[in-house]
Amino acid sequence: MTAATLAAPSIAARLTGSRVGRRRKIVDRSMRTLAFGAALLCAVPLIAVLYFVTANGLAAFSLDLITKPPKALGIGGGAANAVVGTAQMVALAALIAVPIGVMAAVYVGEFAERRSARLVRFCADVLVGVPSILIGIFVFTFLVLPFKQFNGFAGAVALALIMIPVVMRTTEESLNLVPNALREASLALGVPVWRTVLSVVLRTGLPGILTGSMLAFARAMGETAPLLFTALGSRLVNVGDFGRPMDALPLFIYVNARQPVDALNQQAWGAAFLLLLVVLIINVAVRARSWGRRIG
Amino acid sequence: MNLETAVREADEAIEAPPEPTVLAPVPVPQSTGPAPVAAGVPASGEIVIDDLHVYYGGFRAVKGVSLKIPPRAVTAIIGPSGCGKSTFLRTMNRMHELTAGARVEGRIGLDGIDIYSPEVDPVQLRRVVGMVFQRPNPFPTMSIYDNVVSGLKLTGRKKRSELDEVVERSLRRAALWDEVKDKLKQPGTSLSGGQQQRLCIARALSVDPEVILMDEPASALDPIATLRVEELIAELRRQYTIVIVTHNMQQASRVSDRTAFFTMGDDRAGYLVEADDTVKIFTNPREQLTEDYISGRFG
Amino acid sequence: MTTTTAAADRFSKGASRVPDLLFRSASGVFAWVIVAVLGLLAVLLFLNSNQALSKFGSSFLTGTTWDPIAGIYGALPFIVGTIASSFIAIVLATPIGLLTAIFLAELAPRRVSIPLTFTIELLAAIPSVVFGLWGVFVLGPFLKNTVEAWIASTLGWIPIFAGPTDGVGLFAAGVILTLMILPTIIAISRDVITAVPDAQREAMLALGATRWEMITKAVLPYARSGIIGAVILGLGRALGETMAVTMVIGNKTQIPESVFQSSQTMASQIATTFNEASIGLQTSALIGLGLVLLVITMTLNVVARLLVWRVSGRGEGRA
Repeated sequence: MTAATLAAPSIAARLTGSRVGRRRKIVDRSMRTLAFGAALLCAVPLIAVLYFVTANGLAAFSLDLITKPPKALGIGGGAANAVVGTAQMVALAALIAVPIGVMAAVYVGEFAERRSARLVRFCADVLVGVPSILIGIFVFTFLVLPFKQFNGFAGAVALALIMIPVVMRTTEESLNLVPNALREASLALGVPVWRTVLSVVLRTGLPGILTGSMLAFARAMGETAPLLFTALGSRLVNVGDFGRPMDALPLFIYVNARQPVDALNQQAWGAAFLLLLVVLIINVAVRARSWGRRIG
Repeated sequence: MNLETAVREADEAIEAPPEPTVLAPVPVPQSTGPAPVAAGVPASGEIVIDDLHVYYGGFRAVKGVSLKIPPRAVTAIIGPSGCGKSTFLRTMNRMHELTAGARVEGRIGLDGIDIYSPEVDPVQLRRVVGMVFQRPNPFPTMSIYDNVVSGLKLTGRKKRSELDEVVERSLRRAALWDEVKDKLKQPGTSLSGGQQQRLCIARALSVDPEVILMDEPASALDPIATLRVEELIAELRRQYTIVIVTHNMQQASRVSDRTAFFTMGDDRAGYLVEADDTVKIFTNPREQLTEDYISGRFG
Repeated sequence: MTTTTAAADRFSKGASRVPDLLFRSASGVFAWVIVAVLGLLAVLLFLNSNQALSKFGSSFLTGTTWDPIAGIYGALPFIVGTIASSFIAIVLATPIGLLTAIFLAELAPRRVSIPLTFTIELLAAIPSVVFGLWGVFVLGPFLKNTVEAWIASTLGWIPIFAGPTDGVGLFAAGVILTLMILPTIIAISRDVITAVPDAQREAMLALGATRWEMITKAVLPYARSGIIGAVILGLGRALGETMAVTMVIGNKTQIPESVFQSSQTMASQIATTFNEASIGLQTSALIGLGLVLLVITMTLNVVARLLVWRVSGRGEGRA
């Protein structure tokens, strides 16, 4: 502790010079640049997908695509079967899933004791992570197999099962944000619990519920695997007959992409463009609102 | 005459501070000023602040501070909350730069070198000017041993024997060695609050700073732990320049050689009212504002 | 009348009159539907796969022959394909995703991080089949001519990197999966990193660390288990991904010797053969594949969530 301290570098030297310091600075700067590069890299796939789907899809896009049923080699045909099928099945799925998801969230958030709530939440979270093809098999076993008939209803149910946990969790989060004071005020006025939940809690949490439902809706629109063994797909335009197979945009894309016929591949791009457009519009609209709230 | 003997003799020349009681009126401070320096060792570590202003964006948080911080002594910064004491403290190791939009005008000289000049790297500066925070913040994923040398390891791999030596030396200087020498491998967060704070002090000491900044280091600790930290500060000032922000006036009078009193102006900017020897500040201050604060008339 | 603040207990004591009780029970039914669905899913998959699983036992998992005509079902080729493609995805997505999360959480100014986060969230919204379409016609040929050609020429002496390269195969599937799991890894890692207390950052910086050193020595160790959780959740997604993989992996029931060869995953085998399968042993075997997939993904999901909760401290998070 003697000679060492007396020979210690002066403060000036310590502050201004160091080879080690320079090396660390280089590492610091290059890693930070690398991180920036990685982030930019992540933006590339979205742009690439958007570009090619738009470029190829727009070329194949026409009113015919939406209004005409498919033709064998693709010339002159369209994807009306898919458009109509998707519209019907996703609508029915939403009709089933939203009430179930919202009411389940109501139970978990407002009525359940802690342990039940945790169990339901856990199951919902696990269900979100189940591969969607397994949901398809599941619905197949009790809505297709017993009747020996692929049908659009089974497809809608499969899509509903995919939507329910998403709707439930987002609804629950938005209901959690409703201040307790509102509930208390309503109860103090003598309003029964059920009415309080419906008119006060749900009404206040409505924006969040809508957001979650729309995101679930967009997700269901894009799902293919659960429909493979339920709705099966069909070249016929099926309006209203849920007891028969129905086509859907994702199924249409899948099937036509794998055909060795150029015109059919083109139609796949056209359908993909339509699907991506709607899905992204929904996502942007929903997220832009919450982003706007976050910035502003 | 070598340094050890000199320091030991200086040791014996200082009487121990009295036991502090929480409710006692502000006692006359007992410290006898900066420790006598052994011949042959340069008294480095003097900080000169010249007309310092601190801005957050367009808002001026601290205005026009000019202050000399003597080396090898404890300078306390006191004042009501919100008057920019911590902001001011952080300008001395450029930690305020972590907040977006924070900047300073003016000059802070450490041993004559302007710490804001382009040749000075903030990373290097923080080795020379260390910091201890209000809440103890040891790294939870590291053992006590690793916590102490975490700063040292930044400048490259060191031999095990070197690290062992630094660990023991730093923990001894922080008055923690005897309590933890058998459990160096345990996580840093397994210690009590007061021990964790002394661990953080040991960690700061391991990189051999010249100056130690302390931002209310004992305010999150119980009275006994506080006392030990204060005793530690009294020990440390023989070798380091210490600047301590505290809202506890009794603590300032117990522990420091010089005291600087800050307050907030009408424009919400903090400024230095008066700085002097601690004895003088607490018995016969120049400014009325200081007198008011000391005697508890506001703040 | 005291209303407790615990979310779950809000009305549990207050609902005592008949209409309230009915309402409460009705909502309860819907909630338990979710539990029932999960339970039934597992049970039905188990029951319907029983025929094949009990016939083959452990050779279902280890057998390399999947021959519907001969009635022999060994799932190893699909297990290998699943694990290999997901492994490639994790190897590629983890460093890129983690670096991006670090950039977004620690380094980026707000006017950069906000649009970038938006972009990554949109990436997550792209349907799997659209990725597959793009993968077959755009990414595949691109990889074949650039990345795969380069790897095969420089590293081709290592067997798993040997050519010929075709644009479809294990590697292409791995790359597509990478793109699909990046948003998951990034979002969760970013949350977890942001949750690290500032006191840790300040402590490291005050010791004289550079920004990067602060990140690697104080922030990342603290967030370690959460980041591992994020990666595991990404892995879970990759394992269960069906359509995009089916379209670019080549659909060959074989254990590939090189990453550029065609392969097949459990999910893609089910997708491509289920509807033509003969009801009985074959469907049972395919459902058996589904059961294996279910067990693996569920386990990973649960483990990952536990890890993420530990760091981010939230009670129940969403993936």
